[in-house]
Amino acid sequence: MSLILTLHDIRDRHREQVGGKGFALAQMAQNGMNAPEALCVSAEAYRLFVDANGMREQICMELNRKPFADIRWEEMWDISLRVRSMFLNTPMPIELCEALRGPLKSTFEGEAVVVRSSAPGEDSSKTSFAGLHESYVNIKGTEAILEHIKLVWASLWSDRALLYRQELGLDVETTAMAVVIQKIVVGQLSGVIFGRHPNDPFLAVIEAVYGLNQGLVDGTVEPDRWVLDKKTGLVRSHNPALRDKIVVPATDGVRLEALAVGAQSLPPLDQEKVGKVFDLCLKAEKVFGSPQDVEWTFKDNTIFVLQSRPITTASSAESDDKRPWYLSLHRSFENLKALRKSIENQLIPEMIEEAQTLANVNLGPLSERQLAEEIERRSAIYQRWVAVYWDEFIPMAHGIRLFGQVYNDSVHPTDPYEFMKLLGDNEMISVKRNRRLEDMASMIRSDNQLAAALRAGKGPQHNEGFHLALDDFIDQFGDLTCGTDQCTQGRDAMINFLLEMAAREPVKASARPQEFEALRDQFFSHFEGDRRAFATELLELGRASYRLRDDDNIYLGRVKAQLDRAVDEGKNRIEPQRKIDSRSFSAEDVVHVLKDVNFIPEETKPEEKGDTDVEVRARQLVGQPAGPGIGKGRARVIAHSSDLMNFRAGEVLVCDAVDPNMTFVVPLSAGIVERRGGMLIHGAIIAREYGLACVTGVPEATARIRTGDELTVDGYLGIVVIHAAS
Amino acid sequence: MKDTEELKKIIKDLLASQNLAVIATQREGQPFANLLAFAATDDLKHLVFATTRATRKYANLMADSRMSMMIDNRQNQASDFHDATAVAAIGRVEELKGTEKGDFMKLYLSKHSHLKAFVTAPTCALMKLRVDRYDIVRRFQNVMELWMTP
Repeated sequence: MSLILTLHDIRDRHREQVGGKGFALAQMAQNGMNAPEALCVSAEAYRLFVDANGMREQICMELNRKPFADIRWEEMWDISLRVRSMFLNTPMPIELCEALRGPLKSTFEGEAVVVRSSAPGEDSSKTSFAGLHESYVNIKGTEAILEHIKLVWASLWSDRALLYRQELGLDVETTAMAVVIQKIVVGQLSGVIFGRHPNDPFLAVIEAVYGLNQGLVDGTVEPDRWVLDKKTGLVRSHNPALRDKIVVPATDGVRLEALAVGAQSLPPLDQEKVGKVFDLCLKAEKVFGSPQDVEWTFKDNTIFVLQSRPITTASSAESDDKRPWYLSLHRSFENLKALRKSIENQLIPEMIEEAQTLANVNLGPLSERQLAEEIERRSAIYQRWVAVYWDEFIPMAHGIRLFGQVYNDSVHPTDPYEFMKLLGDNEMISVKRNRRLEDMASMIRSDNQLAAALRAGKGPQHNEGFHLALDDFIDQFGDLTCGTDQCTQGRDAMINFLLEMAAREPVKASARPQEFEALRDQFFSHFEGDRRAFATELLELGRASYRLRDDDNIYLGRVKAQLDRAVDEGKNRIEPQRKIDSRSFSAEDVVHVLKDVNFIPEETKPEEKGDTDVEVRARQLVGQPAGPGIGKGRARVIAHSSDLMNFRAGEVLVCDAVDPNMTFVVPLSAGIVERRGGMLIHGAIIAREYGLACVTGVPEATARIRTGDELTVDGYLGIVVIHAAS
Repeated sequence: MKDTEELKKIIKDLLASQNLAVIATQREGQPFANLLAFAATDDLKHLVFATTRATRKYANLMADSRMSMMIDNRQNQASDFHDATAVAAIGRVEELKGTEKGDFMKLYLSKHSHLKAFVTAPTCALMKLRVDRYDIVRRFQNVMELWMTP
């Protein structure tokens, strides 16, 4: 089998070897359609690559760390990042390199190309998963093409592809990826024609933009839209776009620019060009025997076909399928910049104001019914902000990923998470909050009289400065104990926690200015000319993304604290009246009881015990390495937020999910173990800030580990060892 | 002489054909067996394997460096009784350090390249079994011993 074929070499028997995209291009070229010159690197080349370096087994190991059903989408991103880094850092075998280098050089010498994925079965009529794998535009030079072929291969295991692994039939042993390398046609106008309107088989749809069609495909440039009669080609309707942007080739890749004013008032296609696009669509339909989605571009009035794929007949996604939402998290650079503005200038200030307005309400004078209504009102406010969190704040975190990908592509570091060192700083609210706690703890540490007075429960007369600092802290960050059953103890619980902090050596979040500067300069050195400005802006965006990812939770926590304050007030009223333990009551339960004195919330059933003859204990649990280091200590399992106040210095924090509002105990801890997985989750971020060992994505962490168990947290390999049961 | 060379070849072929071995360590008289990836030096004097330092086997070996490693080529068929070969290597283990570690690491990774991230992690120890003796079992009960000179 040839490792590389021209479009005219490809026959029916090569279909599996060259993938859907490569095969379709060959058919178009062989039927006289104007397709840019291209070569197909066969799937066999991929196989040679992954088998030559033990990579196949490494990919298997990455994918089998735990059952697929337990892998969250964030962890899929981590897996794909590590696989991508593996591909980037593994050289191609010499014989493979030589087999590809010659044809690539003779065909594309001095030309810019697009390097596209062409996975077998990717574009069949039953499955169309456009965008799950990568394509790279405007690549120049044989060595750069070879490098990007590896990146396209790696995208066989992209997070998006992993989400759809069942539909794609992804299997490390058998699946392979072909690659199409196509001469770039720098078109002045580009777009897609959909050979059949999704709601009406008698209509076709054209979407067109100025410049290259990357902007249309990734959603950064809004297209003009024409709906045509499929039979006659006559235009039924035209929806003009707000034409203000254009994607053009840049030194390396593409760039988004403002559209020239003259073009803004003109649709990209006139009547004649609409006709040419429609003819192209009919021709493709004839070649392939079914309606097609066709990508095209106009260069100097000549139309080129870039790719064609059948319209899928697969039914639309189930309504509870969250995967389209996950896919939507892949935002473009421009989109993220706009999102950042909206979060920083609008959403966060609004959230702060909302929490402050709620904090100003005196709950004491409210009647029980009024209090119940106030809890309901606060629940609704909180839910509204949770929705904003999912729709706006979580997508913003993609800025970290985007930066990570660009960093790894340019720097090729051995550690695929090296880029995180450029993102972390001490400016996150949770780190600032922890620094304030540390300052108060050091006041206690250096003043024995103060420590003794606090232990004896004496008031402010013994150290006014400390008490003022504490009041100021509670004003700014809220009472950490709120939302726990120690909220009623308020200040006293905070003082007990600070006494615990004072009992051990001070801890500081790591500051690494020199390393930061060296890494930043190294990163920038890979970008020249106008690309340097892009790199600077991207780093800034990545840092904002990183900071906001933590901060937005703190602010959301403030709104939640105001809901909790009202719920705690309700519980305080219920308990003396009803003489019941309301600690486990939800907000809804409290509302019910306040409104109806006879209402009894359902008790949660105790778990049924299984076989009592045998006992299962975990000795070693595997998760993801999320914070390099090794930590040893007794486990403190956080089942309820109230457990946080019992946290002792030197313990290992074991929990379902670290929330930034919980991270005040992190400086006290010897390590972190979290059920929820991912490198960019809060536990991992804060662990890195403090240089603590952290393992995330341990599915049974809170079920298998008990408070008091002796643990070793291996943050290099993602292993938690349970040495002795409590 | 001929016997020695033949025996050496059988052992060499077996060690080259297998990726995994079972080791036995002990603590306070309690034996403990583990399955792990190994590699052998060309002169058969050393077998190398990796473990993280938080494991029981590592703790056992730190307390008592004596160890046995079993390598076999059974197929889980009845024919194993006449066809399979099993070798038990007996000796003492030490953790590799310095330049020696680099050489053994190369050897280990040439056989298990997919374990690079594991074996290069700071928490992972590369261990060397200095073999005193091999016991070779063939044809069900035929047992030969190959004593290694230090």
